[in-house]
Amino acid sequence: MDAIMLARLQFAMTIGFHFLFPPISIGLAWLLVFIEWKGMRTGDHVWIRMGKFFGRLFALTFAVGVATGIVMEFQFGTNWASYSRFVGDIFGAPLAAEGVFAFFLESSFLGLYLFARNKVGKGVHWFSILMVAFGATVSAFWILIANSWQQTPAGFEVIEGRAVLTSFSEAVFNPSMWHRFFHTMAAALITGAFFLGGVSAWRLVRDKSDDVARRGLKVAILSGFVFAVLSAFPTGDNHARQVAQTQPEKFAAIEGIYETQKGAPLVVFGVPQDDPPRLAARVEIPKMASWLAFGDPDAEVKGINAFKPDEIPPLALTFISFHSMVMLGMLFIGLMGLGILLMLLKRLESSRWYLWGVVLVAPLTLAASQLGWITAEVGRQPWSVYRLLRTSESVSVTVGVPELWFSIALIGFMYILLGGLYIFMLVREVRRGPDRAPEVV
Amino acid sequence: MDHQFLQITWFILYFVLIAGYAILDGFDLGVGALSLFAKDQRERGIHMDAIAPVWDGNEVWLLTAGGALFAAFPFVYATVFSGYYMALMLLLVFLIWRAVSFEFRNKMESPRWIRAWDWAFGLGSIVPPILFGVAVGNILRGLPLNDRGDFTGTFVSLLNPYAILVGVLALTMFLTHGALYLGIKTEGELRDRMDRWAPGLWMAWVVLYVAATFVSLLVSPFLFAGILKNPVFWVLFPVMMASVVLIPVFLKSGRHMRAFLASSVAIATQIGLAAVGLFPNLVPARNNPDLSLTIYNASSSAKTLTTMLIIAGIGVPIVLAYTVFIYRVFKGKVRHGELYGGH
Repeated sequence: MDAIMLARLQFAMTIGFHFLFPPISIGLAWLLVFIEWKGMRTGDHVWIRMGKFFGRLFALTFAVGVATGIVMEFQFGTNWASYSRFVGDIFGAPLAAEGVFAFFLESSFLGLYLFARNKVGKGVHWFSILMVAFGATVSAFWILIANSWQQTPAGFEVIEGRAVLTSFSEAVFNPSMWHRFFHTMAAALITGAFFLGGVSAWRLVRDKSDDVARRGLKVAILSGFVFAVLSAFPTGDNHARQVAQTQPEKFAAIEGIYETQKGAPLVVFGVPQDDPPRLAARVEIPKMASWLAFGDPDAEVKGINAFKPDEIPPLALTFISFHSMVMLGMLFIGLMGLGILLMLLKRLESSRWYLWGVVLVAPLTLAASQLGWITAEVGRQPWSVYRLLRTSESVSVTVGVPELWFSIALIGFMYILLGGLYIFMLVREVRRGPDRAPEVV
Repeated sequence: MDHQFLQITWFILYFVLIAGYAILDGFDLGVGALSLFAKDQRERGIHMDAIAPVWDGNEVWLLTAGGALFAAFPFVYATVFSGYYMALMLLLVFLIWRAVSFEFRNKMESPRWIRAWDWAFGLGSIVPPILFGVAVGNILRGLPLNDRGDFTGTFVSLLNPYAILVGVLALTMFLTHGALYLGIKTEGELRDRMDRWAPGLWMAWVVLYVAATFVSLLVSPFLFAGILKNPVFWVLFPVMMASVVLIPVFLKSGRHMRAFLASSVAIATQIGLAAVGLFPNLVPARNNPDLSLTIYNASSSAKTLTTMLIIAGIGVPIVLAYTVFIYRVFKGKVRHGELYGGH
């Protein structure tokens, strides 16, 4: 493999592994804000023990997220020096803002949340988890601004081979930024709810009398249903419509539209084939893509054939990741909807098959986030900054193939170990379960 | 605002960030490095407890310094980070294992498990200061650059004697600083031992600083020319001398907090003096001074620097306010087992 592919492989590996953890942290942090609030207001030991138990799992997840996040802050410079020179005038500011407004907030208040339960008042303690959740959200906000600018650059002009800022507000509020932020937040909240639900369901499978898990599962199902619906509509729908308008070649690739056409169908299922590029075994809804993207069933949608061959993204990977993500999203809505039905029928805790279903589907929320990310980033190829800078022109010229192999092996080995340890300790903590209920005197 | 004014402002702010990082993460790295020499597992746990609530916030100074360098001087960020590739990858490995050791160590009772994470914590704390020092040493010595601003040396060339000297200097600086912090946070036998070790570590720091200064005269005479050109900043020198001398004086009379503050000032002023020597260079080119990356040829546009100044102006006072608040919550001695329920 050449240096460019290796650098891409390393970036995919480090961001992919890192991005397993922040969605859990962000989603779970907001649920903990709710749980700790209930504990503080009601004094009910079930809420309080739930807060402590999931607070421990949160700390474990956050630690791995922080540790693997350090790599990301450095990696633009180490591996993508040409990119860094090109975008530094714009891309660096959101990164620095993320540090000042978000990283300090979440990491400083996490120390307070974890270690000062008995040192500060209840209100201050609750405020500390609120600041952790808020900080994590602000962090997502700024890093997604930076990412969105790569997708839909705005507020700049290219002078002497580098992008120079002309309007900070246009660069920040670029066309894809709010859509990406809301959709990613919805995904993180789903992940948090399924984490809460998956852990609770697993506890219930083992021990029906676990009152923390019983209540935790209900919170997870109700909130998870709302978040899962929000991820599809309006956030997912809006985001796709924005892609159709701002990055038509990405839209054509993810929707599997190979020929420019009026009244384009929505492909629900298909198997991408190479040479010539086509979709086999397709199931489609007529005119739906035109209607969804442009509000008109007869609108023209540009197909892959409308673009130069060296300016289109890899077709199969983007199509498959996008469609798998959508299917998983439907699964999440369906499973949580079913849970609400079982709750109404008072059959929730006795339906072991359902509890196992939640346990098994919970990790798939992470898969959905990864697939969404692949859709967005592979769909941006061959550009690192859309229509401005090619990925192949973005790498560090000083870093050669041997160095790249060395770092990929080093980080890859470390991440396998770290991932294994995380799962090992998570399982151990979940088996241990929440603290015992106080004895009734 | 005038571009040159902004570039100078960001040069200063950048070194303020570096100094803030060295003072804050400096003590927790120092405490972690000292844990390698602790008496037993229980004592190593106290080292960790002394910094557990605050180390993460301290490390954010490093991330913010990285982000600020990217934003304010992207050409320096690109050159240094790609040039230091292998060194940074190693640094990341140590920082990652250290970061998770806080959370993982106390999750199991097994002495072997705890021992393994004690090693991750100790090595993850002792290696980064050396690597930071080596990185700074190479900047002070100058890097070989080509006309595109790319580093043309090798990884091995970064491990030159001068850089290693600065690396060991940085380690003794952080060890002293960490020992003083443990003096504030602990009591009994551990504190007494830190009180005995601190003067020796301090002496090593002073000797290495003097040695590095003399070697710099030969290796990088331009640093002294830079200081001579800017008489306003000569004031840093007596402040540095005074704070260094005050450390053992305060220590002798048992005033640990003051000794720690003196060492904080000493660290800041030593970094400040190096910065004045470098100015206006950020990466001096060893092979040809005309190729050096300076604040004038490596910075972002006036608009970006202004925007960043506004971000810093809003954000930093808030950060400082809650940082002070949180340190006040955790003030006082750490007691064994208080944080994690004890092992």
